[in-house]
Amino acid sequence: MAILQTKDQEAVRKEFERLTGPVKLVVFSQELVAADLCRQNEQLMKEVAALSDQITLEVLNPQIDRARAEAYGVPDVPLTVVEGVRDYGIRFLGIPAGYEFSNLIDAIIAASRGEAGLSEETKATLATLPAEVEIKVFSTPT
Amino acid sequence: MRLAQHMAIASDKVRAVAIEATEFPELSRVYQVMAVPKIVMNEHVQFEGALPESQFLDAVVRAASGDGHR
Repeated sequence: MAILQTKDQEAVRKEFERLTGPVKLVVFSQELVAADLCRQNEQLMKEVAALSDQITLEVLNPQIDRARAEAYGVPDVPLTVVEGVRDYGIRFLGIPAGYEFSNLIDAIIAASRGEAGLSEETKATLATLPAEVEIKVFSTPT
Repeated sequence: MRLAQHMAIASDKVRAVAIEATEFPELSRVYQVMAVPKIVMNEHVQFEGALPESQFLDAVVRAASGDGHR
């Protein structure tokens, strides 16, 4: 059974008309660690990827594809990387359901376009950051 | 997550990781997630709730500068 309802698929397909470049969803799954969550996340990402020709999906197992997992940084599973022309460092740990689903769609569109929806002042300040910053955002589906 | 992911696109120094708190209770416990959204930047800058872009950016700058809490 599909996770996304028909009306959701239609709404996302319409949003994806804004995609201007390729996006790759790299999904790390490991059934031995979290079978149900990994299966559901894989299915959700497959359904999302099917809504645009611009989106490709790759499913990897961090225990088998160790070099790739190390390169991406995989703290746990399921993990989804949203990649545009380069890896922007956008990750979703767990299933992006509920409110986070809209952030997943927003991330795909922004990564595809390579455009940050931020003010020019913000972009200018970010260009001067003296060190790397990892932002963890904890949320729940509701 | 929206601001974080857009900042990741704008800067190759920024990474944005969305974490589904209920699926990772151990991680949520470690970071003392009592309310969502909870944001943790470089482990030492932490806050709860949504912030406007300018204040969120201030927090990113503090995290990058190694400044302390909140």
